Amino acid sequence: MLEQLSWKVGGQQGEGVESTGETFAVALNRQGYYVYSFRHFSSRIKGGHSNDKVRVSLKQYRASADHTDVLLAFDQESIDLNVGEVKPGGIVIADEKFNPTAPDHVRLFVVPITKIAEECGSAIMKNMVSLGASACVLGLPVDIFSEVIEERFSRKGQKIVDQNMEAARRGFEYMKELGGADPAFALKPADGKRRLFMMGNDALGLGALAAGARIMPAYPITPASDVMEYLIRKFPQVGGVVVQTEDEIAAMTMAIGAAYGGARALTCTSGPGLSLMMEAIGLSGMTETPVVIIDTQRGGPSTGLPTKQEQSDYLAALFGTHGEIPKIVLTPATPEECFTVMGRAFNYAEKYQCPVIVMTDLQLSLSKQTTEMLSLDDVKIDRGNLMTEEAIGAEDPKAEFKRYQLTEDGISPRVLPGTKGGLHHVTGVEHAENGRPNETAPNRAAMMNKRLRKLAGVELPGSVEKTGDDNADIAIIGVGSNIGAIAEAMEKLRADGLKVAHIQLHALLPFPTQSLTAAISDAKKVLVVENNATGQVRHLMSYFGVEHSDVSGLNKYDGRPFLPSEIYKHVKGMF
Amino acid sequence: MATVKDFRNDIRPNWCPGCGDFSVQASIQRALASMGKEPHEVAIISGIGCSGRISGYVNSYGFHGVHGRALPTAQGVKLANRDLTVIAAGGDGDGFGIGLNHFMHAVRRNIDITYITMDNQIYGLTKGQHSPTSAHGFKAKTTPAGNIENALVPTQIALAAGIGFLAQGFSSDVNQLVSLIEQGINYKGFALINVFSPCVTYNKINTYDFFRENVKNLDKVEGYDPTDRANAMKTIIETNGFCTGLIYRDDSRVPYQNQIPGYREEPIVKLDLNLDESVFEAALKEFA
Repeated sequence: MLEQLSWKVGGQQGEGVESTGETFAVALNRQGYYVYSFRHFSSRIKGGHSNDKVRVSLKQYRASADHTDVLLAFDQESIDLNVGEVKPGGIVIADEKFNPTAPDHVRLFVVPITKIAEECGSAIMKNMVSLGASACVLGLPVDIFSEVIEERFSRKGQKIVDQNMEAARRGFEYMKELGGADPAFALKPADGKRRLFMMGNDALGLGALAAGARIMPAYPITPASDVMEYLIRKFPQVGGVVVQTEDEIAAMTMAIGAAYGGARALTCTSGPGLSLMMEAIGLSGMTETPVVIIDTQRGGPSTGLPTKQEQSDYLAALFGTHGEIPKIVLTPATPEECFTVMGRAFNYAEKYQCPVIVMTDLQLSLSKQTTEMLSLDDVKIDRGNLMTEEAIGAEDPKAEFKRYQLTEDGISPRVLPGTKGGLHHVTGVEHAENGRPNETAPNRAAMMNKRLRKLAGVELPGSVEKTGDDNADIAIIGVGSNIGAIAEAMEKLRADGLKVAHIQLHALLPFPTQSLTAAISDAKKVLVVENNATGQVRHLMSYFGVEHSDVSGLNKYDGRPFLPSEIYKHVKGMF
Repeated sequence: MATVKDFRNDIRPNWCPGCGDFSVQASIQRALASMGKEPHEVAIISGIGCSGRISGYVNSYGFHGVHGRALPTAQGVKLANRDLTVIAAGGDGDGFGIGLNHFMHAVRRNIDITYITMDNQIYGLTKGQHSPTSAHGFKAKTTPAGNIENALVPTQIALAAGIGFLAQGFSSDVNQLVSLIEQGINYKGFALINVFSPCVTYNKINTYDFFRENVKNLDKVEGYDPTDRANAMKTIIETNGFCTGLIYRDDSRVPYQNQIPGYREEPIVKLDLNLDESVFEAALKEFA
């Protein structure tokens, strides 16, 4: 019996590939299996090949498997494009309708998927027929789908629920008669524990909600839009609002206005939007207005690869905007962290009164995966040095409030418009302590120093996470969703008897120079794994003074996430 | 209760003597005082340019942002705190050049803010380039042979985009301007008051005298009905935009914030940020 298995469904975009994969994954997640799914799709609504690869396992993996064990094909193209990764002896389930053919290294099971679906009521139920057939292969009872089917179709009436269930059952039976119930593909039973199944974007939305975010101006863009769509559904319960703005410039400046007004405000975008927001990010830094920006990275530059994986916005996020401002850049790696990072992001934004950019990548944002239960206890709200009317205690309505008071740590008292006694001016022009424009040389230097002082010498807790061996021969550094492929490669390398460490960076600004230097100091070689062509994180290390004599990079920029085997092979080759 | 004096501060504007913007500043101060507002209840959000400095010249909360983006910033402030009186302000370049996109959408969105534009048909702070409202043939540093682009008529665009409150003022007629600003602030929705505010340094064509001679004051037009949208558009076209007074008003429109699903009477800024455990638990169920 198997401890893990990789299943893939492929077909034309818009013909139910996504819902088939989703139903499969949710049902297995509820059985207590760990599930990791990755969708391959294009920037179009109907047509074109798409697939959903789902990994099922007894322990958690946060990457797609190298191979596929079971391929479910709705058309010949899905076989042609994907059969190469099907293991020798692997199973291909295909619809009789298109007279499928497959190479000899796989076992082809031709099932009259559409025909059975039509007999059950409608061709649309072909996904249920094929899910039934899949359950048979995996040695799982077909009933595992009944709960999901019930939830999905109950509002359409009991008849539809019954028809779908019947379709799944008949798919199962047909496969069984073909001899598809092969013990070699049967999964070991899971622990039955209930966990969540979500993508990074879901967790970011929920995290923002829990963190007290109540205003989100945003402009739709792949792969970011889910966050605004999620909060559009949720905000009515808490009195918040999402505004779909005319562009990302409006989104960013509206978020700044909302934050200045006193709300916890965020916006969410991807590379092209981040570029448009740059001037306003500088405004946030200059006026010390706390805003949170989520950048879900995709393939760049320009429109680039809108639906593909890349991690190439780091330099833009760290160094973007003209002039010099303090800024925080956080890089969560898992949905669990996407949830908790939002609370920290808002707290940091308000504590340090600066923009905070939370960076994911397409794989993290869109891959639905098993997620451990989340808790509100992991989100604490701290609004920093925010003054109330009572605290100011001013009676003179014309008394100046020193919004940009020069303090030791650079952090000045903040007050919200509407507060008596707090009148002050805010401007993106260089200004004095009272906020009014002031271009004198001493003031300029004092104010620039004050702003930059806020984060000088700061290393945010948890910026560097080290697992694996001390005194490793090779330390692998990763950011974002590469955590999964690296962890898995390391597991295999260590099983081979090699000494390997995995260092995950959870923040890039302030750059954790000290912690990272310490983490790699005992390693012979350092390998930075990142989805970009030029080695951005590797360059950041040297820019920020992380010293090590042997640093190299493994870069992938073809739009596809790293497979564990690619990292494994590369590291093996370094010995 | 606050008086006009309470809305003044000790900053000397960096405007040239005779600049039309002084009257706009004074009109805002008079309007706010006469409406019984307190300085801390008002936020003025401005763009970049000579006129953009106005947020620093009124004793209230003020935010001087980036070029062309006063409107989205101001809308954000109002969304956060609907109890504030939010005024956006800027010039013709800021609002109808770099910021025109935001203007059209602010009109369409109809959040309850008042937008006061100081329209001098020139870029002043960058020293005399033509602006989107400069007339065809207008000579400026960037149009030495005369402007070969056509002028944009802000009121026409506003009306076409579906604005609910549209007025135009002139720096020489402060009484009218004060009244228009008061009406605009009182209007429940997005209000535009475009003000002919002459640049005495760089625009020798659109002078105070030019406006005195060429502007039609609708207050003096007997029977002018500002609720008649078709007639308002006809008037704008006939005067090529050179008319002052209340041009159009539609009180039947419901402002954006009143239509937001689940939106509370209480401003967002006063809501408890902590998420209710039951809301969180229900949210988790969707991913179970």
